[in-house]
Amino acid sequence: MSDAVTDWATDYDIFDPAYVADPSTIWDDLRTRCPIAHSGRYGGSWLPTRMADVTEIARDVEHFSSREITVVPTDTDNEVLPAGSPPIQADPPVHTWTRRLLLPWFSHTRIATYEPYTRALCNRLIDGFLEDGSADAAADYAQQIPVRVIGRILGVPDDMSDTFTGWVRSILEFANDEERRVRARDEAVVYFLGEMERRRGGDREDLISTLLRAEVDGEQVSDEFIVGMVGLTLIAGADTTWSALGSSLWHLATHGEDRARLVNNPELLPVAVEEFLRAYSPVTMARIVTEDIEFSGYPMRAGDRVLMNFPAANRDPDAFEDPDRVVIDRAVNRHVAFGAGIHRCAGSNLARMELQVALEEWLRRIPEFDLADMGEVAWAGGQVRGPRKLPVVFP
Amino acid sequence: MRVRIDEDKCHVHARCYGLLPAFFAVDDHGQASVPSDGTVPAMLEDKVRLAVANCPEYAITELPV
Repeated sequence: MSDAVTDWATDYDIFDPAYVADPSTIWDDLRTRCPIAHSGRYGGSWLPTRMADVTEIARDVEHFSSREITVVPTDTDNEVLPAGSPPIQADPPVHTWTRRLLLPWFSHTRIATYEPYTRALCNRLIDGFLEDGSADAAADYAQQIPVRVIGRILGVPDDMSDTFTGWVRSILEFANDEERRVRARDEAVVYFLGEMERRRGGDREDLISTLLRAEVDGEQVSDEFIVGMVGLTLIAGADTTWSALGSSLWHLATHGEDRARLVNNPELLPVAVEEFLRAYSPVTMARIVTEDIEFSGYPMRAGDRVLMNFPAANRDPDAFEDPDRVVIDRAVNRHVAFGAGIHRCAGSNLARMELQVALEEWLRRIPEFDLADMGEVAWAGGQVRGPRKLPVVFP
Repeated sequence: MRVRIDEDKCHVHARCYGLLPAFFAVDDHGQASVPSDGTVPAMLEDKVRLAVANCPEYAITELPV
């Protein structure tokens, strides 16, 4: 465990228990006295908290590179992932062609074909605990859904889900435990290289097989790119959405009036999902400064890390009226939970479908529920924030 | 009312499509579009305005008529 933070403006730590428990109070304080904080931890980084700064950095890909996107430096990844994890961890031109290969997999029309499976999965999970009158809404429900849908897209067996969940948590949630992170990363890379070999030359229609057959400018895509893209699809598609879903369920467990409103007016759900995404944005990404610049009055040096604090931008009072209040029918909601600019989350259609279906089915079958015990809720933070333990009870 | 989508700014968050799929379209590679010259049927004006106000990239603009 690192030392406790004394001043958030000069020594923040997004893995600190206080930040994980209640980051918005810290952002509110920083926005008024030091809107771009700095910390020497994990090799040093900057933390913007205003919407205007976050979106300007996200759109300025010339000065802010995506060659590294993690909060904790991951230098050793080059050995097993020589092409990184494009397109999230890439700048143009690699970003452009790798993103183009992935996007059709996450189009509205393609995602609609995964909805029946997702709905059946949600109901199967609910069947498993409905009679008990209690469940861990994070571990027994939220965490079980996106990883399985992603597994179907990748074309891998359902029984890998728990292994996937373990890898994703080790790589993101426990990124400050280097040994654990590297072990999970290596296992995942070896597994996916094996899955690629099993498919090579075949005619299967899953994402891995399609990438193996893809051609860019008349040439096949090399394995180092494919393994990075496949690993990214798993990592980016699992923890993020289950965190957003868990936070939404936490909100509904603790705000009976919002829950009743959505039970009685399920047509409000798409708008409510956008508000949950805004208020409980799970994801913080990093950028690397490409040359010495002064940004918004702060002297940034080439190689500095900047944390793309989308969650804080979404709580900025200059961008949203009453930002700390969750207004489930907020009509104007220009949130950046999925980022902004060329790195906008490629899987946002999938995430929205999963959130919509998972909340719809939960509310239909469990319209009344409460936290089992306030003290037992456990949040995970770092680059992806959401509840990991969310015990609820229902009649 | 007429609107246009700035293709350089649009990164297909698809908020416009989500709010009003009858008017906005999105393609498989991430480009949103509006029909023909962007003229908005009168009965859809309020919803198009809402879509303009929800675009995270400020990519939809109302054109002078």
